[in-house]
Amino acid sequence: MIRLPDPKRDVLARRDAIVAGLRDLLPEASLISDELRLKPYETDGLSAYRQMPLAVALPETTEQVADVLRFCHRNGVRVVPRGAGTSLSGGALPMEDAVVVGLMKMNRILDIDYADRVATVQAGVTNIGITNAVAGNGFFYAPDPSSQLACMIGGNVNMNSGGAHCLKYGVTANNLLGLKIVTIEGDILDIGGAHLDAAGYDWLGLLTGSEGMLAIVTEVNVRILRAPEGARAMLAAFASNEIAGRCVDAIIASGIIPVALEFMDRPAIHACEAFAHAGYPLDAEAMLIIEVEGSVSEQDDLLDRLKAICQRFDPISLKVSQSPEESAAIWKGRKGAFGAVGRISPDYLCMDGTIPTSRLPEVLRRIGEMSDSYGLKVANIFHAGDGNLHPLIMFDANDPASFHKAEAFGADILRLCVDVGGCLTGEHGVGVEKRDLMPYQFAEHELAQQRAIKSAFDPDWLLNPSKVFPLLDAPAMAQAA
Amino acid sequence: MSLALVPVDEAGVRDAVGQAAAERVALLVCGNGTKSGMLRPVQAARVLSTAGLSGISLYSPSELIIAAQAGTPLPEIEAALAEKGQQLTAEPPDLSRIFGATGKPQTIGGITATNLSGPRRVAWGAMRDHVMGIRAVTGRGEIVHSGGRVLKNVTGLDLCKLFTGSHGTLGAITEVTLKVLPAAESSGTLVLPNLSPRAAVVALSAALGSPYGVSGAAWMPAFPGFAGSVAFVRIEDFKASVAYRTEKLRGELGIPGTDILDEAASRAVWAAVRDVQPLPLTDADAVWRVSVRPSAGPNVLDSVASAGLRGFLDWGGGLVWLSGPASLESHACVEAAVRSAGGTWTLLRGPDALRAAVDVVPPEVPVLAAIGRRVKASLDPAGILNPGRMYAGI
Ligand SMILES: Cc1cc2nc3c(=O)[nH]c(=O)nc-3n(C[C@H](O)[C@H](O)[C@H](O)COP(=O)(O)OP(=O)(O)OC[C@H]3O[C@@H](n4cnc5c(N)ncnc54)[C@H](O)[C@@H]3O)c2cc1C
Repeated sequence: MIRLPDPKRDVLARRDAIVAGLRDLLPEASLISDELRLKPYETDGLSAYRQMPLAVALPETTEQVADVLRFCHRNGVRVVPRGAGTSLSGGALPMEDAVVVGLMKMNRILDIDYADRVATVQAGVTNIGITNAVAGNGFFYAPDPSSQLACMIGGNVNMNSGGAHCLKYGVTANNLLGLKIVTIEGDILDIGGAHLDAAGYDWLGLLTGSEGMLAIVTEVNVRILRAPEGARAMLAAFASNEIAGRCVDAIIASGIIPVALEFMDRPAIHACEAFAHAGYPLDAEAMLIIEVEGSVSEQDDLLDRLKAICQRFDPISLKVSQSPEESAAIWKGRKGAFGAVGRISPDYLCMDGTIPTSRLPEVLRRIGEMSDSYGLKVANIFHAGDGNLHPLIMFDANDPASFHKAEAFGADILRLCVDVGGCLTGEHGVGVEKRDLMPYQFAEHELAQQRAIKSAFDPDWLLNPSKVFPLLDAPAMAQAA
Repeated sequence: MSLALVPVDEAGVRDAVGQAAAERVALLVCGNGTKSGMLRPVQAARVLSTAGLSGISLYSPSELIIAAQAGTPLPEIEAALAEKGQQLTAEPPDLSRIFGATGKPQTIGGITATNLSGPRRVAWGAMRDHVMGIRAVTGRGEIVHSGGRVLKNVTGLDLCKLFTGSHGTLGAITEVTLKVLPAAESSGTLVLPNLSPRAAVVALSAALGSPYGVSGAAWMPAFPGFAGSVAFVRIEDFKASVAYRTEKLRGELGIPGTDILDEAASRAVWAAVRDVQPLPLTDADAVWRVSVRPSAGPNVLDSVASAGLRGFLDWGGGLVWLSGPASLESHACVEAAVRSAGGTWTLLRGPDALRAAVDVVPPEVPVLAAIGRRVKASLDPAGILNPGRMYAGI
């Protein structure tokens, strides 16, 4: 179970005055303080954890964000920034004494410049919203988390989110040019711009993935890219995880970087097939989805090369999509994987460690053994090209013992990831979920260094203070600052 | 600067920094010193070089990962990668034309600390985009690591980004782990002749906004072997794709007289662009590196011309290399041009007096500067690492 820090008693005692103060700063509909309407904000994508906030502020402008933060800073009130609340690590989990600052009303696209290949959007624009806005001109925004219909660019920036196509196009950090941020003191700052590689310290890089602990992002300059002429997917199914893993190595070694290279194990294949009817091979132990881009003849050429590589590993089946519809069906299974697993087991934890890809067979074997010993089923889906694992651990939320076992199982998997040379999180962030595992990956003085950098932005630890770092008691926290 | 410390391992770097911190003695942190003339001159009693930490510590081609000690010569890394058909994606430049050849190779630690990237940056990311892991000794004399040896990692604050490009002011980098990619089988280049900078950037933008995966887009007033000004557009891919894509793009751009270079010529052109060969340069000239939105590149060239500065464009117009008289007036002119375009400058080369007198990189607004000083103080409380390198007094 994850502990939240003790609420500040004085803040709780001043609740009414704080709500009234915030009400003065915001439009009528932008402040929520009644229990019924606060309810939707009590949790995020890690729904096992819930906590009602003190209030929710939904500013409509950067200036309003600044006013709210200045007010909270003056009054010693903690702040939890929030986008769409799809975080799977509890990054947007409220605190009893905190004001949630939600960016969803800031959902406008401010500027699109095709010649300079940059779009300026407010933090509450959804990930897919950016691509939709530029698709008519043949452009897209590359990072594509599976939650892209809902999650917002401000959340993506703060989690440094990835997606299935990151092997080629990179994660969020690689597709940003600038930010508008508001500090906890209410100062508005422009970081970067519409140009590449600002001289000076890389604040843009540091802020990306900072999980709402350094500042609130209100605007983002993203790079937009021209879409390729076309894309096509193929499926390759194998008799074991080992063989599929060796095939992934061979593909990378061949010099082809497919735009996507996704891996599913047997339980994942079955769950997704039942959901998407994509024609996934049910007799396989492991399956790869491989996607290539280019003109039709380039696709043919690359797919021929990939088929030849896969053939060397005695595939159970090889299927090259013959049409955009078939490619879409292949992806439907993968993109809907979480929902598909949700149909077998309404409750599951989605883990997110990264491993060196060469350790894949061993890691999947160990996860299988753990699954047996915990008595919980697990389905594995992962971005094979970059070693980012997503084991989905199924449990029964009505049985607290089952949930605790699932958490322990998840923690064992993440420790295993670190043991083989990987890390605790590849794209979902630390949040509250992996916070207490941080000392497994970092030495105490390294965590102290990271805390000190947070303190440089937020000396009083008001911005999302219960996330990422193991809790210290209050005096120690002050010392770290 | 009398004493030069050249430890041979990370513990040696830690001890050297720890001792300097205890004694409050400033250190000039460097690798082989090939870029020591960059940014502001550092006043330091001791030199700490990481050149003694050498060697590739891990190379796993099928995982697209290479790790090397900070002092490993770049050519050694490039050769190891080439043997497996891979490359450093960001294509870091060799700036010996600007800083003079020292007889020593640049190190991977130096390239990382300066975040220098070549023409491919425009499509495939900068050095900083490929640093997956870093180990460094902070000014506290502590060894810290960030990131790791995997391709996706969001665990904790990303200090890799902070150390990369910090010019040794936040820590002495001891090891770097990089994402690498397969080198394309073939490289092809379109030559667009006799375009003004503005017309060239329109064409380069169209090329970069095409579906053909352009990985280089530059314009220069002259290039050996060509009459007049010339713009180059590069496509790297499998042979058949390069042939198809260059032809297709030539047709779509529709610029009369467009030529296609063969493989060898294409590689030669881009090596020259990467290493800043097209920049007109006299021994006395100062050199600036400017980054703006691509469409503003020609404006920058225009507005500095009156001060006698000349230059060429890379990154589709977004990277402006400038050279000219090493004077306060020239620098003021560059600053003004960049400010009105909205971008960033670096005074890369100039006499010590000039580099000490001006803002070699844009000053930060006060609030951000204050945050920066607190970050610096958290990593280097005694202020001993390359003091004054980026900003006076920090
Ligand atoms: C079904 C499903 C599939 C998913 N698939 C993927 C995937 O493929 N890849 C992936 O990387 N992630 C995935 N996720 C996780 C999640 O969608 C991402 O982390 C996403 O970026 C969160 O965006 P959000 O707008 O929901 O942010 P929230 O969940 O609201 O917030 C995320 C974090 O960012 C902070 N934050 C949010 N907005 C701001 C802001 N404007 N300023 C400062 N801080 C802010 C919050 O405090 C919190 O710490 C998935 C989640 C679900 C539920």
